[in-house]
Amino acid sequence: MNCLRFAVLTAFTLSVASHATLATPPDASPVIVIQNATILTVTKGTIERGSILIKDGKISEVGPSVKAPKDAMVIDAEGKFVTPGIIDCHSHIAIDGSVNEGSISVSSIANTAEVLNSDDVDIYRDLAGGVTTANILHGSANSIGGQTVVIKLRWGQPASKLPFEGALPGIKFALGENPKRSNFSIPGQPKRYPATRMGVEETIRGAFTEARDYKNSWDAYNKKIAGGDKSALPPRRDLRLDPLVEVLEGKRYVHSHCYREDEILMLLRVAKEFGFKVRTFQHVLEGYKVADELATAGVGASTFSDWWAYKVEAYDAIPYNAALMTKRGVVVSINSDDAEEATHLNQEAAKSMKFGGLTHDQALKLVTINPAMQLGIDKRVGSIEVGKDADLVIYDHDPLSAYAVVQKTFVDGHVLFDRDKDIAGRAALEKEKNDLIAKEKAAAKKSEEKKGEQSKKPEEKKPEEKPKPPSSDQAAPSANGGAQ
Amino acid sequence: MRSTLGRIGLCALLGAMVAICLFVTASPAFAQGGEPQYFAIRGAKVVPVSGPAMEDATVVVARGVILAVGKDAAIPADAWVIEGKGLTIYPGLVDALTDVGLVTAAPAPSSENAAAAGPARRAEEAARGPEDRPNSTPWRSAAEEVSLADKRIETWRSAGFTTVVSSPKTGFFPGQAAVLDLNGERSGDLVVKALVAIPVSTKPGSSFGRGFPDSLMGVIAYEHQVFLDTDWLTKAEAAYEKNPKGTARPRYDRASAALAEVLEDHATVLISANSALEMRRALELAARWKVNAAIYGGQAGYEMADELAAKKIPVLVNLKWPEAEKDADPDQMPTLRTLRLRDRAPSTPARFAKAGVKFAFYSGDSVNPKDLLKAVKKSIDAGLAPDTALRALTLSPAELYGVSDRLGSIEKGKIANLVVTDGDLFNEKTKIKYVFVDGRRYEIREPEKPKDPPKGDITGKWKLSYTTPEGAEESTADLTMASDGTISGTLSSKRGNATILSGYLTGDHFTFVININIGQNFADVTFSGTYDGIALKGNISVEGYSIDFIGTKPGAASSLAQVADLAQGDAR
Repeated sequence: MNCLRFAVLTAFTLSVASHATLATPPDASPVIVIQNATILTVTKGTIERGSILIKDGKISEVGPSVKAPKDAMVIDAEGKFVTPGIIDCHSHIAIDGSVNEGSISVSSIANTAEVLNSDDVDIYRDLAGGVTTANILHGSANSIGGQTVVIKLRWGQPASKLPFEGALPGIKFALGENPKRSNFSIPGQPKRYPATRMGVEETIRGAFTEARDYKNSWDAYNKKIAGGDKSALPPRRDLRLDPLVEVLEGKRYVHSHCYREDEILMLLRVAKEFGFKVRTFQHVLEGYKVADELATAGVGASTFSDWWAYKVEAYDAIPYNAALMTKRGVVVSINSDDAEEATHLNQEAAKSMKFGGLTHDQALKLVTINPAMQLGIDKRVGSIEVGKDADLVIYDHDPLSAYAVVQKTFVDGHVLFDRDKDIAGRAALEKEKNDLIAKEKAAAKKSEEKKGEQSKKPEEKKPEEKPKPPSSDQAAPSANGGAQ
Repeated sequence: MRSTLGRIGLCALLGAMVAICLFVTASPAFAQGGEPQYFAIRGAKVVPVSGPAMEDATVVVARGVILAVGKDAAIPADAWVIEGKGLTIYPGLVDALTDVGLVTAAPAPSSENAAAAGPARRAEEAARGPEDRPNSTPWRSAAEEVSLADKRIETWRSAGFTTVVSSPKTGFFPGQAAVLDLNGERSGDLVVKALVAIPVSTKPGSSFGRGFPDSLMGVIAYEHQVFLDTDWLTKAEAAYEKNPKGTARPRYDRASAALAEVLEDHATVLISANSALEMRRALELAARWKVNAAIYGGQAGYEMADELAAKKIPVLVNLKWPEAEKDADPDQMPTLRTLRLRDRAPSTPARFAKAGVKFAFYSGDSVNPKDLLKAVKKSIDAGLAPDTALRALTLSPAELYGVSDRLGSIEKGKIANLVVTDGDLFNEKTKIKYVFVDGRRYEIREPEKPKDPPKGDITGKWKLSYTTPEGAEESTADLTMASDGTISGTLSSKRGNATILSGYLTGDHFTFVININIGQNFADVTFSGTYDGIALKGNISVEGYSIDFIGTKPGAASSLAQVADLAQGDAR
């Protein structure tokens, strides 16, 4: 069995044409056929041995057999599994600078979309874990935090090309210990209101009361203009309140970090009072306690697989959380909140089979179609269906197996991660690195020699500048096959 | 006859007096002692930048302005002539962004200032939002704060820079940049144009824990709000003046008021951006704020030259090329991205030239202006044409800032800012002989040469220990000595890093000088004393104040006692 797999792998490697994963992918994706794989469509069942045709970045055909066009690149995925790309509903990768604008309690003025960092190697690493779309959130330092954006992990593209077209923007709220900072303080920073859960609630109410008033003043102004009054002065635009008005108008999703059932219910009440909906609760580790309320309110839950007790408010967390909420009818996703965790979300999803007895298909949904629905992008991604984006992952084992390793990751039909190519390309990158370091050393030596040209003791300088030979560093962030 | 004699004598006396008067008026008091108003450099190589270079040509200067340039330029009879054989004349160099000329920190807010700046608050209170206008002083004007006390004026001038574009440096909106000529008797004389640009920085700085904003996204959002407020306040104030009845009065905001004035004058907004990521973001910011923008930093420009050319955004290129830190841990591998930037940054100007991006050079964090020409040479080695390099130091910055009608090249009618060298400007061995600023001649003297040959080699890393009024202190001096005893190197202390401007070891006596900010202004700090082969012993002199110090080599001997032991030959 292993010999066969190895042979297939070799054939696989040889058959894959040298596809440009290193350079910026061209806008037009090549025509690709993935054949002979076990296709886990997520929404339309499993095809035991089938093929997918990718054209123009979309899934053009899916079935037991597909006619490969003449100049198509053929990927033989015999013995392999293809799934939709994983969608991470809680991510902080690709943010330039601090993840939190933590100085003030309501920092809705800040926007992660304006500081996307397309150079962040975590984009590539998460691709290597099968993630193709991520919800880039502000941190949890504030009752009302900054605006958020959904991106596709288009490694190699500039920041302006990362946002997921058409996905509604979001905003991050946080409830509980993090915004009230009961268990820690920031050195040098004065204690910031709120410091209690009731304060967190009042902060949110206060902000939305202001936003409502602000919205009214703009509505009044717009009415005047519509009525023909050209001299009316518009109200001062307040970038802090604009996103809150969008929440009231249903144009911006609320993603709220929370833990305890009391604060979960609190936010549902506040939202109802002000007339907006919470889109997702994030972490929501006590969600199983209020699963019915969540299901009734139609709020999604995005949680951890099995993290618990790292804070007092996480003490009642159980690994059955996702399964229990699912069984009560809540749309549940499992997220990472961490660049490393995001590299094995398939296995995190699998844990819900053991803890809670979710079926294989239900578990896979937790990281594919469910987060897609939560983010309102399920018409484009989250399952393998004709017409959807060609965001796919090829695994060498069933994705929910502990042995599964990502072989290739596609985004918009481009292969942005290729395990074999990555490994093959490391030597060249290492060489480039060593060549550049040697070049720098030679230049430094030359200028030292020039400066102390006639200096009496040139040997004295050597001990200072002699470096230890660079050791092979697995931990060093060097092996990014997609580096430009 | 007596009366005739008397008349002749009187005439002679009057004539003599008139002659004396003429002599006196013809040479008004100059600091350098009797400088002429007319002079000519005859028979030199002239590189005008605005046209092809000329051999054996003459430049005539009258009253601070270039009167004539050319092979057949007529030299006025009373001009003082400098024979230009073997000399090359370039336009005075322009440092496109610096803070030379500004010595003081932000003026301490007086009670009036504080009131005008916004809601009255103690200095310790952190900013609670954009309305508090954190770290923003767009009203500060380099033209108002320029001071001749800044020693760097002379340092820059001696390195060939006749003109600098200076701006305050700290904060998100640090202030207003002015074009300064490095010559004058009163501080105001330096100002060529008071307001040409305002820098805008997006670096959050170490404001963590000190209030809004403490993240990059917070800073950017803040700046968006400031531009929106500036636009709105202008309209709101106008509307209120027209009819105040029934409307809440708009709040006065000093920052918005200053910004509005600046934007009305069409000053260039300089946005800081060094990596490709930052530059692309800067392009978006410029578009969103709808301003005339230029980027300063630009070192990763080689990655995106075509994009910049397409958007027609000029770039000020920072000449402090990224390089490995001197004290870097040799075990710590820099990332490939960092290594690539260090390797390719000097090729950015050549790429810009090829793609048609307008660019100029500026000193960045360089402390020693002599390093600037070396840095330009590096970019020439990486493919930049020397002519284009020279233009980026002269006419290009003048054009960028709208003063190319009066400086930046050697043309009739322009300000007489010239650099006269004994060879090619970018050749390391070339010496600058004279610098003319506004027609005033400065002779550049060679640094003092040591008299006796040095005894021993003072090269190495020294730990200097001394006691200031503030307590015991230590600095590190990294010295390199040439065979003739000339000392060069750097000094680092809690006050920052400084390059040694000059120094030598003669016999067993050493001396070296740095120029650093010692609180209120920049000053020369002179280290001098004796070197006995093992340790340094001497005193530090700054502004008349002197303290003793001891210098030891860490590792070789950790205390003078051990030094004494070693000197006595006690092997351990």
